Amino acid sequence: MVNGRSRLLGEVGGHVTLLEWLRSAGYTGSKEGCAEGECGACAVLVARPDGESRSRWTAINACLVPAAGLDQQEIVTAEGLGRPTALHPVQAEMATRGGSQCGYCTPGFVCSMASEFYRADRRPTGRIEPAPSAEPNGGARRAVRDPGVESADDPAAPGSAPDHEHGPNGFDLHALSGNLCRCTGYRPIRDAAYALGAPADDDPLQVRLQRPAPEPAPTRISSGQGDFARPVTLSEALTLLADHPTARLVAGSTDWGVELNIRHARTELTIAIDRLAELRELNVSDDFIDIGAALSLSEVERGLAGRIPLLAELFPQFASRLIRNGATLGGNLGTGSPIGDSSPALLALDASLVLARADGERTVRLADYFTGYRESIKEPDELIRSIRIPRPLAPVTAFHKIAKRRFDDISSVAVAFALWLEPGEPGRQMVTDLKIGLGGVAAIPLRAFGTEAALIGKPWDAAAVAVAAEVLGGEGTPMGDHRASAPYRAATLRTSLLKFFAHHQSPNRTEVTA
Amino acid sequence: MSKQHGPLADRPVNPKVGLEIPHESADLHVTGAALYTQDLLARTKDALHAWPVQAPHAHAKVVRLNVQPAHDVPGMVKVLTAADVPGLNDAGEKHDEPLFPSEVMFYGHAVCWVLGETLDAARLGAAAVEVVYETLPSLIGVREAIAAGSFQGSRRTVSRGDADTALAGAAHRFSGEFEFGGQEHFYLETMAALALVDENGQVFVQSSTQHPSETQDIVAHVLGVPAHAVTVQCLRMGGGFGGKEFQPHGLAAVAALGATLTSRPVSLRLNRTQDITMTGKRHPFLAQWEVGFDDDLRLCGLRATLTSNGGWSLDLSEPVLARALCHIDNAYWIPDIHVDGRVAKTNQQSNTAFRGFGGPQGMIVIEDILGRCAPLLGVDPQELRRRNFYSPGQRTPFGQPVRHAERLVEIWQVLNERAEVTARRREIAAYNASSPHTKRALAITPVKFGISFNLTAFNQAGGLVHVYKDGSVLINHGGAEMGQGLHTKMIQVAATALGVPLSTVRLAPTRTDKVPNTSATAASSGADLNGGAVKNACDQIRERLAVVAAGKLGIHPDDVRFVDGWATGIGFHDQRLPWATLVHDAYFQRVQLWAAGFYRTAGLHWDAERMQGEPFKYFAYGAAVSEVEVDGFTGAYRLLRADIVHDVGDSLSPLIDIGQIEGGFVQGVGWLTLEELRWDESDGPHRGRLNTQAASTYKIPSFSEMPAQFNVHLYEKATESGVVYGSKAVGEPPLMLAFSVREALRAAVGAFAPPGHSVELASPATPEAVFWAIETARAAADGTVSVPVSAIPARV
Repeated sequence: MVNGRSRLLGEVGGHVTLLEWLRSAGYTGSKEGCAEGECGACAVLVARPDGESRSRWTAINACLVPAAGLDQQEIVTAEGLGRPTALHPVQAEMATRGGSQCGYCTPGFVCSMASEFYRADRRPTGRIEPAPSAEPNGGARRAVRDPGVESADDPAAPGSAPDHEHGPNGFDLHALSGNLCRCTGYRPIRDAAYALGAPADDDPLQVRLQRPAPEPAPTRISSGQGDFARPVTLSEALTLLADHPTARLVAGSTDWGVELNIRHARTELTIAIDRLAELRELNVSDDFIDIGAALSLSEVERGLAGRIPLLAELFPQFASRLIRNGATLGGNLGTGSPIGDSSPALLALDASLVLARADGERTVRLADYFTGYRESIKEPDELIRSIRIPRPLAPVTAFHKIAKRRFDDISSVAVAFALWLEPGEPGRQMVTDLKIGLGGVAAIPLRAFGTEAALIGKPWDAAAVAVAAEVLGGEGTPMGDHRASAPYRAATLRTSLLKFFAHHQSPNRTEVTA
Repeated sequence: MSKQHGPLADRPVNPKVGLEIPHESADLHVTGAALYTQDLLARTKDALHAWPVQAPHAHAKVVRLNVQPAHDVPGMVKVLTAADVPGLNDAGEKHDEPLFPSEVMFYGHAVCWVLGETLDAARLGAAAVEVVYETLPSLIGVREAIAAGSFQGSRRTVSRGDADTALAGAAHRFSGEFEFGGQEHFYLETMAALALVDENGQVFVQSSTQHPSETQDIVAHVLGVPAHAVTVQCLRMGGGFGGKEFQPHGLAAVAALGATLTSRPVSLRLNRTQDITMTGKRHPFLAQWEVGFDDDLRLCGLRATLTSNGGWSLDLSEPVLARALCHIDNAYWIPDIHVDGRVAKTNQQSNTAFRGFGGPQGMIVIEDILGRCAPLLGVDPQELRRRNFYSPGQRTPFGQPVRHAERLVEIWQVLNERAEVTARRREIAAYNASSPHTKRALAITPVKFGISFNLTAFNQAGGLVHVYKDGSVLINHGGAEMGQGLHTKMIQVAATALGVPLSTVRLAPTRTDKVPNTSATAASSGADLNGGAVKNACDQIRERLAVVAAGKLGIHPDDVRFVDGWATGIGFHDQRLPWATLVHDAYFQRVQLWAAGFYRTAGLHWDAERMQGEPFKYFAYGAAVSEVEVDGFTGAYRLLRADIVHDVGDSLSPLIDIGQIEGGFVQGVGWLTLEELRWDESDGPHRGRLNTQAASTYKIPSFSEMPAQFNVHLYEKATESGVVYGSKAVGEPPLMLAFSVREALRAAVGAFAPPGHSVELASPATPEAVFWAIETARAAADGTVSVPVSAIPARV
């Protein structure tokens, strides 16, 4: 279904992206700007599950996902939101406020904005309530900060105090973080977003949300453009994988889509696993939090609702909303990239991975998982089923991302801290445990074991931190490249501990998390 | 009707110019209905797709080209090579850019092009083409070129007085060097052309081009046919920013050549990687300078050499350099000055026009000098800048009077008040005193930018206006729409000149068979030039209709007024004629209802060799205040607030103009802070390769770079006489308002240092660059390092 009308998908193979398919079918509203999920000019809306019985209009990059993966799904493009003579409210605000100049990025912006327009929990208030948290005082962590100290790299997350990145109508500006505009300078687009009211009760797209999203369709296509399969059960998927160990597994396809478009990688068989129910569970127990590997990062973010403050701090810095709507933790770990932003945080959380294959499952610690550049101990016939995070969580955590651009950039360096403190001598805090995950400073994501050892058992004070910071500055083997020089990577490793300490040095704040 | 500003600048009653209306295509943009060149492919049957064979060497001879293996690829149709060119094998007009080269001049240079039934077939065909290269030594970057003595084109000098004597006698004298980076255009729509040949051999090219006439010229000379055999149309561009002023031509010619040889439509669209690796960018420069100030801290002398990196061919490098030389003064009076300019020749993409066209590269040099010298002179940079502003009556180094120089001071004052600069400086000082790890700062910088093409001949334009028998109006002009709102303004100009509602006027796509011999839509001049031409055409029609109306109304034609779709007389409104009726009557009186308009900017003269004259119709002025916050741990920063006052004359279209100001500012911020082009400068196998060749590695501003608070005001009562309806050009000047952000970063870094520390800041001032500047500042605070070595006071 495209824009409310059934369209025959045809024999499209695994190499045909949704964007190519849409454009060849005459829907030219979605544009190719970069073909790697960075610019959002191709953004469209798809109906995705929102709990058991509702749907959510979810904006994704059409340039990354295989068209076959949308078999029997519902897609809305900018053309489907409104017509020049009957503009959608989002389109009307964008048009009248000067939100378009050259207009090329505009349909993508309109789709991202419409997704936020229809978000059910968007509340028309100037104030966003802190997210509920299962951890002690987790929701209050920002309140005790000096906003000036933190703000230079502290993109507001849902749950933060009202700021210029949230509109009085509850619009989260990060919904547009995956859309690039080269003309406007963004101000009129922000104004358009913040001027939006609530959808009308009889708005057909609003009405549509009251019903469940389309079920995933079992799909099997053979084509000259590569084969495509969407199995409906995990065991079916594992059998398929066992038979085709070179097949490409895709969930959000946010990494494979880039390989496909930019490096022209090809595969005989693409297997979509993003809708496998077994990979989409989120279970919270006293001992663990298990996160399904095929939940999108947006779904994890909503599902956790701030329960893991370190991840809550990570999510807004992880690529863009368009990417997070497709990308999964399983994919981020499965590709094994040394600059994937989830690895450092999950290392600091001492996460384990549940790996599944046709003949059973095994659980491995993430710290033991990576073996080399984009290599891991995962066998070709295995897939990541879930990510297991042990509880209790560290009471003090932080995620530092060093990048050129604040929104939607790839890390030069990423550092995640998880710290346990206990009162020692009067007026002193002792470090009882510390886990530090690092990204971008070696061929694989690393634990900073040396730094951890230098601080554990030591007082949490400036002298001990200064010594440990020098150790941290020597961790890994940072390289110089177009993102950052090797000395800068090493220097920001060092200063990241100093910064962490500067924000968490008060001796009387054991109750404060992160 | 006011007559004080002359006929071109005067506005009639109820003008449609000045109304705040959305972009004329806004409704099409937001619904995805607006068509761009590549979108036409979906409506074109049996089109072939083109794919380049890109060389993997920075410099090499093509020893052998074997296209035979490509023919084994299913769906591959034809390989286009130099042997297929019936006309001139050149993508430019200077005969230094072979379209199908025998010598590879940069990494990614297209050696030949492959046509396929599908894009994949063309790509696989290109991969199958065998090319044997003999690699040659290469030059990457302006410093390597200087060391090798590799230059191209003319060297130019702007000079006045005796700079050496002035410097020798200066109370304070400094010297330094400043190398700053280029900028990728990153228009969201990459280069695209779609070519067809009709039954009579007429070639029709849809092209995403800022200069359809030149695209037509190049296509014609490549095909070896007269210009009348080629028509180029541009519906709209998904951004241009100067990048589509010169470089679409060769690509259009490839598509046209393919269409001619195969008798099928040919689509050529560069994907992002191809676009970034093959097309030129804003020129990076190296500036070497020596400056002197007198006892009153007034600039008394400047000697400088500007060397731009032109890349492998000249393209527009000479005029870009000329504009840099003409703008090194920015807003400042420098009595004795000598600036030499030269274009380096390197094995990189051929750099080209980019919003500001060398102006930013000239202006950044003096702003960098003032920012670095102010602490050494012990003066606030804001005071140093204000003290050196031009005064009315003074002339630029190239001899043009700085008309309306008083606006610099007025804008400065208005901006200081609006932006509450004094109060905020106090707040910032208090904040910094209590914040050891983050520092804030604000800075204010001015802009003075000359409007008109330096080359006088380009300052002409044509328009074609049809009034149909039913009264509806169709306008056409030589300018191309790239998002800047030119078409919107032209509709407003026509509706104003004819005195009709906006809805009466429709605009037809830009094409070379309607208006010939057009200039590039560039130099911010689109509205000035085409507005003059459209108005001229409308004026002719209106005057003819006035005669008809005068007869009906029984008054003299001079007393007829056209307002909101009615013809009436001055002073009385009881008698009036509907526009449509009047047009209908005029047709039956056999009155010509259409007209071709023409405009040439009056009063310009320019001696390009001596670099003297009055090349600009006027100057656009503006100023900006920016406040930043810098994290001392990482060098990361945020733009907290920006305030702008900018002079657009009497705005033709305020929503459009504010959009240009904001967009230009943020694009400038991108150039100065974020956007970093990095080439492989090693001696490895990929020497010369652009490492930042994708949206994932070349970062343009996103929402995170927009100032949290962004206030833009148009300078009021700013009528510009001699320009259409009193307006001023707006496309380029606001880009340079972003200097305020760079200077604010410099000041925030300085807050980590003791007073008197001169901050050197790389450009772009990425977080890493800011971090190292902070480290230097902290070292100065610890007493471990004194002032930077390259800003040494030579005499105090």
